[in-house]
Amino acid sequence: MPILTLTLFLPLVGALVLLFLPKEDADRIRRVTLGFTLATFVASLLILPRFEFGRREIQLIEQAAWIPAVGIQYKVGVDGLSLVLALLTTLLTVLSVLYSFRETHRVKEYNLLFLLLETGMLGVFFALDFFLFYVFWELTLVPMYFLIGIWGGPRREYAAIKFFLYTLVGSLAMLLGILLLYFHLPPGQRTFDVLEIVRQRPLAGTGLLAQLAFWGFFLSFAIKVPMWPFHTWLPDAHVEAPTAGSVILAAILLKLGTYGFVRFSLPLFPEVFHQHALLIATLAVIGVIYGALVAMAQTDLKKLVAYSSVNHMGYVMLAVAAAAYAYGRQELADAAATALNGATMEMLAHGIITGALFLVVGVIYDDRAHTRGVDDFGGLWAVLPKYGAVSITAMFASLGLPGLMGFVAEFLIFVGSFSIIPVFTALAALGVVITAAFFLWTIQRIFLGPTNPRWVNLPDLDRREAWTLFPLVVLMIAFGVYPKPLLDIINLTSSQLVAMLR
Amino acid sequence: MNWADLRWLVPELVVAAAAVALLGADLVLPADRKRWLGGLALASLVAAGAACAVVLTDLGGLGAPGVRVFADTYTVDAFAVYFKLVALAAVALVVLVSLDYFPGRTPHLGEVFSLLLFSGVGLLLMASASDLILLLLSIEFVSLSSYLLAGFLKRDPKSNEAGVKYFLYGAATTGVMAYGFSLLYGLTGSTILYDIAARLDRAGPAAYLAVGMALAGFGFKVSMVPFHQWTPDVYEGAPTPITAFLSVGPKAAGFAALVRTLSIGIPLEQVNWPVLLAALSAVTMTVGNLLALLQRNLKRMLAYSSIAHAGYVLIALAAWKSAWALQGLLYYLLAYLFMNLGAFFVAMVAAEGTGSDEIPDHAGLSQRAPWVAGAMVVFMLSLTGIPPTAGFFGKFYLFAAAVDAGLLWLAALAVANSVISLYYYVGVLRALYLMPPAAPGPVPVPAGLRVGVLVALIGTLAAGLYPEPVVTFVEVARRLLGS
Repeated sequence: MPILTLTLFLPLVGALVLLFLPKEDADRIRRVTLGFTLATFVASLLILPRFEFGRREIQLIEQAAWIPAVGIQYKVGVDGLSLVLALLTTLLTVLSVLYSFRETHRVKEYNLLFLLLETGMLGVFFALDFFLFYVFWELTLVPMYFLIGIWGGPRREYAAIKFFLYTLVGSLAMLLGILLLYFHLPPGQRTFDVLEIVRQRPLAGTGLLAQLAFWGFFLSFAIKVPMWPFHTWLPDAHVEAPTAGSVILAAILLKLGTYGFVRFSLPLFPEVFHQHALLIATLAVIGVIYGALVAMAQTDLKKLVAYSSVNHMGYVMLAVAAAAYAYGRQELADAAATALNGATMEMLAHGIITGALFLVVGVIYDDRAHTRGVDDFGGLWAVLPKYGAVSITAMFASLGLPGLMGFVAEFLIFVGSFSIIPVFTALAALGVVITAAFFLWTIQRIFLGPTNPRWVNLPDLDRREAWTLFPLVVLMIAFGVYPKPLLDIINLTSSQLVAMLR
Repeated sequence: MNWADLRWLVPELVVAAAAVALLGADLVLPADRKRWLGGLALASLVAAGAACAVVLTDLGGLGAPGVRVFADTYTVDAFAVYFKLVALAAVALVVLVSLDYFPGRTPHLGEVFSLLLFSGVGLLLMASASDLILLLLSIEFVSLSSYLLAGFLKRDPKSNEAGVKYFLYGAATTGVMAYGFSLLYGLTGSTILYDIAARLDRAGPAAYLAVGMALAGFGFKVSMVPFHQWTPDVYEGAPTPITAFLSVGPKAAGFAALVRTLSIGIPLEQVNWPVLLAALSAVTMTVGNLLALLQRNLKRMLAYSSIAHAGYVLIALAAWKSAWALQGLLYYLLAYLFMNLGAFFVAMVAAEGTGSDEIPDHAGLSQRAPWVAGAMVVFMLSLTGIPPTAGFFGKFYLFAAAVDAGLLWLAALAVANSVISLYYYVGVLRALYLMPPAAPGPVPVPAGLRVGVLVALIGTLAAGLYPEPVVTFVEVARRLLGS
């Protein structure tokens, strides 16, 4: 059974089914959507028993001719990296759809867009043909534009078009990079097959062209991550997007950028990446510290979480830059593998934790207090014990408390990067202190202290909300205490990459 | 003259005969039956399409070289057949939506269809002409019918303005082009492209002058800067189905004629025309896109967008040495046919429903005509170049040609332009989806328009998702051109 193809297109089938449901029947639309996302989640879990855990290479490849005249094919496959990110995607889509049951405005279009988005995201992680990859990469933009633009906050139109324009600039720069790679393959062997292009590295030794192609890819991924100074779309998009949209944006769409760096930039342009690794590490460190400082200055909880993303994605990029800097140095190979493990772990941790944090913001803002000013609350834990416990756990996880998932990721990143670029790593560690400070301060202002009498009558988490949040909390704790099963999968890809980079 | 050669002209003859028959039938049919004339026009176009297939078979299938008939003045090859099919599809779709548009606006329904068919004949001739005089005549044939169609709504001052402007501009550029052609004749003593190519040696600046002047005429047809100024006014004023037609039919045929003239008639060693066209491409796409940003009227926006797209297509001529160039041009024009006609058809639905061509007045159309608005999403994304649409694959092809030919700067400029274009194309979607409906109630979609939108939608998506058949066709057309 072509399990990847099935997982990939189930949401699209769901979207087509929705097209033919009457838009007045909101309940059925919600249930059908949830059904399809659950089925997709189950399908993605079924990849696990088929996956050979001893193999580092990409496996479970499914392919078919598509446009053979120009060397384009349908080709999908997974390795440790894409597998865990795909699982994250299917899980968070289910939770987002479940959370969105309360959405009553244009329900049909809303759910349809989520299903389209899921196929787009999964496609990015599965695609092994550059053309196919690009198609899915762009496919993620359109639904998100509409999700922000129709269901977003007061400045939704501005945020939506800004998001679209920024990411399109990057995408098209990458497209030129892809074409440069393609046309430097020997005539007659031209293909968009990722594995083949990575094997041949057609631009190695071309000097300027390799530089141009590298920066083309860089621009695309750096905007997506987003790295400082390409991050300015993020606060707008995250803050204006509806809650479930913010969850998907933060948890998955940002990972497309870091995934791109690890999957493509590292193996395709190791020399060029190595050459610029310190510059990129500098940007990463600025992102870490700047993100944390700006987050600290926010009084809007959603903005605070948004800027904490800039900070956390900075850690990921620090580790990736460290791995690139280790290129060609045998003695640093282990450290590079550790850094990459940390980077991937942080992608997952940030996905789970920040996903939870945006849901936490949504629970209080969408349906209860209709404000998310950090200073508008106080003593909320006493009023909402379940909600408080979940929120505080997620915030602790985000600031890197040992025993929770974020700690494992950051620990690996710092251990790995420190042997390679010690000064940068030490500076980035400063970010951890600031992050701890602003999250603790936030917890204090919202959940502790005297109870604000305005909110004494708020209801605690209802059953559906609990169902959307508890799985994430369980994962944060489980992988915080015992990350080994996850690390075993992740390490397959990291060690494979490092082996290629020696 | 060999009478048997007429079999290569069956498509042209079928359409021409139908056009004449329509004029006659228009006189005798009572007013309430005139819609039948549209049916007859459609039937003749389908028959001409079938005749094109026969012509292709007679050539010996897709892979066979073309034939030159009537003393080398007329060339029938895969390239020509491709453009003929594109032209016939354009005319057919426009006839289809005219069935809904013109009744009630003019009593002279038969003349509309007849003129559309005559214009179609001109397009078919343009695709094959390999002689300067025949080329000039066929371009004029298209132009004269188009002037009349643009100004067809006699009581509408904007339509009148469109007709007159189009005529004055067209007459002037044709004059310049004719002068350029006469220079080429003077330099080589022949009007046949094959002979010109053989004799045009050491012509120097005179050849550049001749090519430059000829470009005025082609530039007018395809809306290339600096011969584009007529476009927004004519597009805005002309009846919308005619605007839709002008934006794809004459444009595609103009490119066909331009490609054939340059690639066959003007050897690269004599005139380095790719460099010239690289500059024109850069200017055209940038001017078109920047001015499109300022538009609020949907038809004017699409007019400037059509200028920008001419700029993208010109990349193919600039990157001529890449094998992808001509294929990209051919593919792009097909993609453009579907996505641009689709956009104009949706504009017609929106204008009928809201009584306005202003984009903000179309607010909330997604709630009032969900399927049509959904189709518009596909058309706008396709015009921007977002996958998985035909517009994306077309741009992919053209950008690839530029990269392959080493014109990275032009590819980068095209990328920048694509990003700019996103802003105004998404501006339409913003009105349709993000803004609340201006008035309640569904917008009616007449039957012909419904079919038109559907065909354009299927074409845009199918050519984007599965371009392989078209890719095969254009690859052969490229390889055989001029052989």
